This record gives sequence, structure tokens and C-alpha cells, in this order.
Amino acid sequence: MVTEKDVSYVAELAHLELTDEERVRMLRDLNSILGYIDRLNQLDTSNAEPMAQVANRYGSGAETNAMRPDEPRPSLPHDEALQNAPVSDGTFFKVPKVIER
Amino acid sequence: MNIDLLTVDAARTAVLEKQTTAADLVDAFYAKIEADDPAIGAYLTLCKDRAYQQAERIDEMADRGDPLPPLAGVPIAVKDVFTTKGVRTTAGSKILENFIAPYDATVVARLEDAGAIVLGKTNCDEFAMGSSNENSGFRPVHNPHDHSRVPGGSSGGSAAAVAAGMAAASLGSDTGGSIRQPAAFCGVVGLMPTYGRVSRYGLIAFASSLDHVGPFGRTVKDVAIMLQQIAGRDPLDSTSAEVPVPNYLEHVGQPVTGLKIGMPKEYFGEGLDPEVWTAVEAALHELAKAGCKIVPISLPHTAYAIPTYYVVATAEASSNLARYDGVRYGLRAEGKTLAEMYRRTRDAGFGAEVKRRIMLGTYVLSAGYYDAYYLKAQRVRCLLAKDFDDAFAAVDVIVTPTTPTPAFKLGEKADDPLAMYLADIFTVTADLVGIPGISIPCGKSKDGLPIGLQILGKHFDEPTVLRVAHATEHALAVTLN
Repeated sequence: MVTEKDVSYVAELAHLELTDEERVRMLRDLNSILGYIDRLNQLDTSNAEPMAQVANRYGSGAETNAMRPDEPRPSLPHDEALQNAPVSDGTFFKVPKVIER
Repeated sequence: MNIDLLTVDAARTAVLEKQTTAADLVDAFYAKIEADDPAIGAYLTLCKDRAYQQAERIDEMADRGDPLPPLAGVPIAVKDVFTTKGVRTTAGSKILENFIAPYDATVVARLEDAGAIVLGKTNCDEFAMGSSNENSGFRPVHNPHDHSRVPGGSSGGSAAAVAAGMAAASLGSDTGGSIRQPAAFCGVVGLMPTYGRVSRYGLIAFASSLDHVGPFGRTVKDVAIMLQQIAGRDPLDSTSAEVPVPNYLEHVGQPVTGLKIGMPKEYFGEGLDPEVWTAVEAALHELAKAGCKIVPISLPHTAYAIPTYYVVATAEASSNLARYDGVRYGLRAEGKTLAEMYRRTRDAGFGAEVKRRIMLGTYVLSAGYYDAYYLKAQRVRCLLAKDFDDAFAAVDVIVTPTTPTPAFKLGEKADDPLAMYLADIFTVTADLVGIPGISIPCGKSKDGLPIGLQILGKHFDEPTVLRVAHATEHALAVTLN
């Protein structure tokens, strides 16, 4: 069972605040969905390897890491990288002060 | 020229044979969009400058008598999860409401290189999370066959645009059924290629081990033409596979005699709408008449696919969506501290379903629950893959309904996330296993709602999937729209 405390803890991990109303609904929905997910425990998976990726299921050549030569190449120009920044000083992204509290 | 039922094939031929110009086609499509889209909501952004520039390029080539590229003048729509340089790209989210992408997705670039004209960006569920398009941060999409019903999701705008004749073809993404399910609901063809077949560079990530890119079209031939242009290795996407790309069109129209078609009993049980069952059975009957052998099979872990999916997909999403923090792009809400700025930005920018999935994904990855949920789901995913390995040892393709019911009403499942998740019950497994699947129209309900047939194939065996799809389409001679 997910508790209100769990919702607060997970919201903090996920950098979400959530309104009181959202928290009530989240608690209900998470318990409903996780209750459904619990049916996975009906299965004996002791002989099944964890499968994080599908590429190793077939011989696509993608089952090993894809490496490219470590050579410099052009990247996104600085001004274009800043073009969508909500707050920037023209050189850097600006954020609220981090070090002093 | 009448564009109502224009196919990719016909559009290209019309431009090639100078029956029309690319610019005239673009005019006609924008006129149609302006007249019809207010009631449907398929498009979020039109990119007219870009479309007319491309049309001009094609028409100049035609005037000079240059050989025209394979999609010359074909007007297409692109789901708003693909980046388009200089054009607003929102992923259906308020958090990216004003995001102007600085580069093109590989699939968009490839289609434009092949002569296609991008008319605009289509509506979708926010970050492709949803099965009805009601999770769009901007507006819902209405099913062109019945405006009180959903078009399916998450690529609902792309499916509706083709169904309503507002694009000849379109691009979508499929993480749990987001191409095939809306294709079924809107009565068009939707193809999810094998994982790794099509580059995802420039696709806004939802769940990286599950995200697939694929086309919508009016016909099987059209999606084969589209796939031909987008398939293949891309150095910018390390998950794109080094597998040669066959000539798909050569397989469209080939006989299907002797092919073995698996019919999994788990997809024909309780909960299947009788009208869907009848339509799918009729399609199977046609395949049998065409010389296929229908083989009853079992995919025993089918009932575990949805719970597996909602652990894997949400875990990956919680990680992928961490990037939306108000620093480099997108919405920013002010806060006194950095952490407060992050929280307020994400609270303001994400919709309810996205928050739910981020929370669920964070929970299943958190200390103490990782083994019980995430690792467990990964092990079950292996069992699901084995189901298909076993099945494909005996059959060439697997045929199922695409969805248990035709399109449901707007609002019908909006307050019950679990009921909404179950709309994808027949499509999620292919995403988890990485095999290709197509949905083609196979009939209509008595209310006139389209019904979809799903054909699943072996990894990289799109040729056989397309061959069977085309044979079925041909035999049923389904009249679209």
C-alpha cells in the first residue's frame, strides 16, 4: 500500500510539488495501478533473465555497445543552444543561486 | 484535383505526370485543413513557410525535368514529438509550448529529402502518454468517423489527419500501441516497425527501450513507401540497427499461399467486442481462402503485458522526463531556490497523466521497490519475449484484433487510468518484445466505427507483415472513410 508519506517522498524525488487535491488523487491512482501490477507476483520468474533491452533478442549487431571514433565534430552552435533558454545572460543559462542558502 | 482520398502513390504520380503541382497540392490541403480541422483538432502547428518552400523546390525540379525523388510533392503530417528545425515542437505538453527545435529529427529530414512536404505538426497525448489523445496539453482530437469519440492515442492527430484527408500520410510513434491503436480507431493503416529499424534521433523520448517510429497511410502500399524512406541505420541513433533495408514494395502484392498465420487464443477471449470478433474472423477467413494456414497458438503470458509495460515504461519515462527542469528550454516558473524552481516548473508544465507516470516510475525505481517492481517486470518481459520466440518457431505471422473495442467516447475513460491502460491490451506486447506490427482496417461496426486487424511479425520481417497486410486489404477491399 502506498501511503501519503510515500507520495510526499516520491514527489520530492521526482521534483514535483503537487497540490493537496493532486496528492489525494495520486494516492488513489497509484494504489489502484500498483494493485494491478501486483499480479506479476503470480509468476515464477526465477529462470527468466531481466530484459532491459530488446536488441539482444536478435542478431542486429546492436547487442554490443555502438562505438564511433572519438573525433571532434561540430555540435549545436552556442547561440542556438541558448535560443530556447527561459533565462540566459547570453553566455550561460541562469538559475537561482545554488551555493549560498 | 480531388484530394479527399489521395494516397501517397497517387500524389506522387500526379506531380510526376504534371497533372498538378506540389504548390497546388499544398494549397488544396491547407484549404481542407482550414475548413475541417477546427472540428477535429488534428493539427497543433502548421508550418506553411516550410511547406511552400519545399513545394517550390519540387516544382522547380519538375519544371527543369529533373528526376523527381520518391515522395515528390507528397503532403504529410508529423506527430509533434518529432523535432522540426525552426518550427514549434511541443510533444503535446505545456512545458514545451514555446519550444522551437534547433534541429530536425532524422525521419523528418529523410522524408523531406525524399520530396515529402511537411504540412504541420499533429496533436498527441502529452509526451505520447495516453490512448485517447485526451491527455494533450492543448486540446483533444475528435475521431473523424464520429466526433463524439476519441481518435485513439497517443498519435491521435496523425491518425485523424490521414483519416480526414488532411494529409496523404503521417508519422507517429508507438511505445505501447500509439500508432496501431489510433490507426484502428480512425480506419487507416498504421505500421510499427521493428525496434531499431527506424532512427529515433529527434524523437522526444518517452520510454527509450520501447519507443518506435512509424508511418500512417491510407493503404498498405503507402506505409511501405514511407517505411522505405525512413528505415535504416542512422549514425546519430546508436540503437538503430545495422540491418540491410529490403525493398519493401517488392513484397507488397506477393502471394501469401502457404504462409502460417498464428491465431493466439488469449486475444480472442473475454472482453472482446462481438463486432470486432466478427470482423477479425472474416479477415482470417479471407486469408485462409488465399491459401494461408490458420494455426491456433498460445501466448501464455499475455495477461501480464500491461502490468509489465506500466512498470518498464513509467520507470524509463521518469528518467527521460527529468530533463524538463526550466533551465535549458521550455517553461520556467520562478522559485527562490533551484529546487523550488524545478518543482514549480514541473508542477505548472506537466499534465495529470504525465505526473502520474513520473510518480509511478519514480516509485518503482526507488530504494526498496526496485527488485519487487522494476526487476520483476524486466524478468516478465523476458517471458513475454519467449512467448513470441516459441510462437514464431511455428508460424510466420500472428493475427489479432488491434483493440478489444472500436473507438470509445470522449470522457468515457478519462477518470480511470487503469481502464484507459487496458485499451492497449493487444498492442503493448509487441513494443515490449520489439517485433513489428501493423494495424489495417478490417470492417466497421454497425455504428460505422472502424475496426482494426493487427498483424505481428518476426524481428525485421516487415516484408512478410506487409505482404499479409496487403493480401488482407485486397481481399476485404475495405472502403476507407
